[in-house]
Amino acid sequence: MAIEKENFSRRDFIKNSSMFAGGVVFASLINPYKFVFATKQPKGKGKWYGIGIDIEKCIGCGSCARACKIENNVPDDPFFFRNWVEQYTITNDERILVSSPNGGIDGFKQPVPEEDIYKTFFVPKMCNHCAKSPCTQVCPVGASFESPEGLALVDQSYCIGCGYCVQACPYGCRYIDPVKGVVDKCTLCYHRLEKGLDPACMMACPTGARIYGDLNDKNSAVSLFLKEHNCAVLKPQLNTESKLFYNDLSQEVH
Amino acid sequence: MDKIQSLYEALTKVDGFIYPNELALNWDMLIVMYPYITGLVAGAFILASLNRVFDIKALRPTYELSLLTALSFMLVATMPLITHLGQPLRFYEMLITPHLTSAMAIFGFVYLWYLMVVLLLEIWFDYRYDMVIWSREKKGFMKFFYKALTLWVSDTSPESRKTDEKIGYFITVVGIPSAFLLHGYVGFIFGSIKANPWWSTVMMPVIFLFSAMVSGIALVMFIYMVVSYLRKQKIDMNALDTIAKYLFYILIIDFTLESLDQIHRIYEADESFDILKILVRGKLFFTFFIMQIGVGVVIPLATLGFLQFKKPRVRIRKLIYWIISICVLVGIFYMRWNVVIGGQLFSKSFYGFTSYKVNLIGGSDVTLSLLWFIVPFFILAFLLWLLPPWKKAPPIEIPEE
Amino acid sequence: MPLQVKRLLLVFAIFIGIMLVLKYVLTPDSWREYGPYRGNAIGEIASQQAKYVQKESCADCHDSIAEIKSRGEHINLQCEICHGPGYQHVDDENFKMEITKNSTLCLQCHTMNAASPKNIIKQIDATEHNEGEECITCHNPHQPWL
Ligand code: SF4
Ligand code: SF4
Ligand code: SF4
Repeated sequence: MAIEKENFSRRDFIKNSSMFAGGVVFASLINPYKFVFATKQPKGKGKWYGIGIDIEKCIGCGSCARACKIENNVPDDPFFFRNWVEQYTITNDERILVSSPNGGIDGFKQPVPEEDIYKTFFVPKMCNHCAKSPCTQVCPVGASFESPEGLALVDQSYCIGCGYCVQACPYGCRYIDPVKGVVDKCTLCYHRLEKGLDPACMMACPTGARIYGDLNDKNSAVSLFLKEHNCAVLKPQLNTESKLFYNDLSQEVH
Repeated sequence: MDKIQSLYEALTKVDGFIYPNELALNWDMLIVMYPYITGLVAGAFILASLNRVFDIKALRPTYELSLLTALSFMLVATMPLITHLGQPLRFYEMLITPHLTSAMAIFGFVYLWYLMVVLLLEIWFDYRYDMVIWSREKKGFMKFFYKALTLWVSDTSPESRKTDEKIGYFITVVGIPSAFLLHGYVGFIFGSIKANPWWSTVMMPVIFLFSAMVSGIALVMFIYMVVSYLRKQKIDMNALDTIAKYLFYILIIDFTLESLDQIHRIYEADESFDILKILVRGKLFFTFFIMQIGVGVVIPLATLGFLQFKKPRVRIRKLIYWIISICVLVGIFYMRWNVVIGGQLFSKSFYGFTSYKVNLIGGSDVTLSLLWFIVPFFILAFLLWLLPPWKKAPPIEIPEE
Repeated sequence: MPLQVKRLLLVFAIFIGIMLVLKYVLTPDSWREYGPYRGNAIGEIASQQAKYVQKESCADCHDSIAEIKSRGEHINLQCEICHGPGYQHVDDENFKMEITKNSTLCLQCHTMNAASPKNIIKQIDATEHNEGEECITCHNPHQPWL
């Protein structure tokens, strides 16, 4: 599993170097790292949520986006989304056309006739619940935080609505709620998880393209998904340690 | 909800693809104002310290004026930020529970440090003796007010003045790195956002710093001329020429840094380059090439450079300086604009941008921004009335030890 | 120490004192319980109401329909994808759950689109396949025949 492997190698590296240079080096290696990211690293105990999306199974019906809007009282306008679906169309003359009308809620149309299409697919997007989330890193008041279970959550009664986190999220997953004046984003439906229900979008997906689970549990749905498929994350170069893994992700997708 | 209404319109004016949540303009005109005003503060302060620390005697007539200018803008510097918040009344949380990994959280402290420790102290030590004198001359409430301002210290002995002078000098020395910190730090707020390639560059704090100096110096130059005109006083041309000289030098550095940043960006041409190229050539053409570079850099540089070699008559020079200072102020405003607004016009998906966001700006945020730009001038007028630099006692000579 | 410096230090001490008091008074209760944020916020987010009740709850009462559905192609679908969230109906059975009966609902998933994988979903071009007819005149959504 991509993310776990990386963590282990880093841990090993730190362990070895500390053996050479003693506790001082150990501390100085750990500390700046801790300081920069708002998150605690996974300890290997407790839950550490991850998400899997199987692009091969997504039919672009927008049920997820619709369910999420209803479940989480997201404004009903064609803007502001906790999740949305994008349609990528790559034409034979190598143009890349992306669209997401109303987040995919009202369905999609192909922009070019079928014979011009080289390749086309849907990509559902939602918060990646990054382990090194840039959004929680920049929140000036600690209203955005990474919960001990690895979810990037927003304390809406504490958020000042500065919008810094909206700027910092490389994936466009946050918005300022125009009525409440505070930021809103996917919580992985934490309120449902705690009640033993599935997140609304995962529940609503008719083909089971969206799964979630505990990355620390090697038999959870998402761990098995990662084992069976070659997965990739979005914008890996930004080192957000995204925990949303896509199967069959095309390199055109940003 | 006309904001929502305009979003519907914005939806029709998207080129290519942007993430659905990116349609709303998150940081509006007020956030343009915020680095602009802090920049003016830092710049004005640095001009003052040129006189004091580097002992440039020609700048003496503008010393107090620059300090008071810095103070009056400093007092409103946080206001654009606070009024822009979705929940303005919660701003105190930033001071009570600052989140230490956030660049923005530290702003409260940098601000307090700069306002309380540097600016207020420097002005206080500079004016303490005069305030004591004034408190003796005035009657009634003003007497009490000046006394309160001196914190009921009424020592006017030469020793106390020497102490003032020494501590003031020390504070100025501390103040220069503080001013650098304040504005370099504002640049860091943008430069540290790795999600946005238009912002994310290590040069950002440095560029912000130098453009701050440029704008601050131009502002003091402008205010000095206006104040002299209003008071019907003769302008000290020597001071003005010196200011213009420094403006010229720093403008060169600023322009070099900015070009370096752009050249680096163009040569490196990373994944975001294609979209940025379209952005700069298209949507930002007017504000970037014409306003920021043309009006803000090329015209002032050419004119000031010319003035370094040939000095026309005083009247013409005055007029030129007056126009140049306005040009620079406008240019730096557009520089902030291009950073803040330009950085939000393109999609982080690099597949498109929206042209309409610019028109989304309007209504309350423009009014508020204007307000926060005008209020400092009133504060300055008040401060100049309260602490007139021209009524100060001559500085005491400190004998060499 | 000169008098003016003493006074200033006093003012600064008062200022810092006020700041500390304010910090003490205004810091929320559960601050730093897990990290630099309000620990209680997690509980508050968790206590929000869930609107979708999921098909097990539906089957508690509508067991016959659940049984029909379990024999059809739509076996894995949640009832609420089409019927909408059921939290009010679960609380109060008089609360009617409205459902769109025309083909737009079916076509959300089944419309022809090159981007939809053919092996995952049956797709139909509604302009050719019995144009103008509602899907449910022929297909039973709980047990669609193919
Ligand atoms: S996807 Fe965006 S909002 Fe979600 S955790 Fe990552 S940076 Fe934060
Ligand atoms: S908008 Fe809210 S959650 Fe986001 S950084 Fe600002 S205070 Fe934090
Ligand atoms: S997990 Fe919940 S909040 Fe997140 S996208 Fe899905 S439905 Fe929306």
